[in-house]
Amino acid sequence: MLQNPSWEDHRTDGRRRRDYRPMELETGLVTHAAGSARLRLATTDVLVGVKAEVGEPLPERPRAGRLQFSVDCSANASPEFEGRGGEALAGSIASCLTRAYASPSALDLRPLSIVPARQCWILYVDILILECGGNLYDAVSCAVKAALFNARVPELDVSSADSGRVDVELSDDPFKLLRLDVENAPCLVTLLLVDSECIVDPTQEEEACSKASLVTAVTAGGLVTAVTKAGRGSFHPTTVASALEMAAELGAVLNRTLTEQLQVEEQIEDRQIRGFLG
Amino acid sequence: MELLSDQGLRVDGRRAHELRNVECRLGVFGRADGSAYLEQGNTRVLATVYGPHEARAAQRRHDVASINCQYRQAVFSGWERGRRAGGGGDRRAQELGALLQNTLESVVLVELYPRSQIDVYVQVLQADGGTYATCVNAATLALIDAGVALRDYVCACSASVLRDQPLVDLNSLETSGAPELTAALLPRSGRLPLLEMSQRFHVDKLGELLDVAETACRDVHTILNRAVRRHVSARSSEK
Repeated sequence: MLQNPSWEDHRTDGRRRRDYRPMELETGLVTHAAGSARLRLATTDVLVGVKAEVGEPLPERPRAGRLQFSVDCSANASPEFEGRGGEALAGSIASCLTRAYASPSALDLRPLSIVPARQCWILYVDILILECGGNLYDAVSCAVKAALFNARVPELDVSSADSGRVDVELSDDPFKLLRLDVENAPCLVTLLLVDSECIVDPTQEEEACSKASLVTAVTAGGLVTAVTKAGRGSFHPTTVASALEMAAELGAVLNRTLTEQLQVEEQIEDRQIRGFLG
Repeated sequence: MELLSDQGLRVDGRRAHELRNVECRLGVFGRADGSAYLEQGNTRVLATVYGPHEARAAQRRHDVASINCQYRQAVFSGWERGRRAGGGGDRRAQELGALLQNTLESVVLVELYPRSQIDVYVQVLQADGGTYATCVNAATLALIDAGVALRDYVCACSASVLRDQPLVDLNSLETSGAPELTAALLPRSGRLPLLEMSQRFHVDKLGELLDVAETACRDVHTILNRAVRRHVSARSSEK
């Protein structure tokens, strides 16, 4: 059905080209982390933990904090990921996210600076892939955005003593916390190329039928911060142009829906965290 | 901070012989042959089983199944961030993987699956003491969910001695610096497939400690058995 030219916008599971599968999202599951989120996209399951540690800022950006991504493809998802088997996939997802967030318009890291050029908060975003059901990039990016939304970093009181020494003190109030503005954090939109048409949110079976895909990082305002072509096949330039347009549209909607749902979740009083207990 | 108050209460309000709150769920993932999620207090572990399936050439044994285990801790699982995400895993993870394999080999009926391989993967999501015992319990549940034939449940628990008082099911505060014993029990036969001890114990205390640990393992068995029966009756009433 996928390779039939007259398939008329119907996929094997009844979706249209532009339809996403239902997503389930929950934040705050990992109590040891500054922020966390778990996202289920049909049979794709991703858990993200954000930990904040104090370190040195990058020399080229002394007044900003740092963001570091690492991905772990757990053997739970597939026996192929046992040992070092998942390293290649993990590396490509991590570098895609690094490029997506590299743009200054993506996430403002200046509030994370403690003492310019000397100390800043480093946010370690650790992604754990627990189940692979297709469309890993999108699921991971949405979970990352949710975890950053959930992340709370302690506020520090910085005072400079007369001798030029700078004192950094942790506030006594445990509720004095810094939140990140993730309004413009990008989401990745994967478009799979099937017979010169692009489909969004492919299942693992659909991914096996195609040779190329385009992964686009899109912000809520429809800005594109990174583009990667994945797979062995090739795109015609006109297909790329229309794919980018489609990705920008879908990405803006995805971002907006995600932010709305995160805000709804935050408003729930006395929320019981269900986690993996269902 | 006192780990054991004069009234006999521990830092989280438990008595010396009490287990932490146990919650579990079988069949968490659809794609794996068997999976289970287990929480003991704040220690949270996911276990998945793939198999029995055709063994890799190096692992294939002509008369029995080979069991392949991997133990991994998520980078964000501890109070401080771990150093490596995935990859080869450190030596302790490899040692625990091998230990898990030995423990499970004593209970899986490997003669029923010659020339095949059973993969058991354990992922620690949050570590708050008694991590290895929780992994063994989660692995047992995942094997049951996968329908792998087992001789018995394997129920594990950690234990220690504090000021001459035996404690069971330690959390991370009680573990740091104290002697720790991890034991697993096969409830039907009363045999111990796993015994690991660290730091110093007085040998006179060992007998009492093993008794206390055995009772705790039987308590774990009661909880796991109840959960499995509930899961099976829920599944069978669905279809």
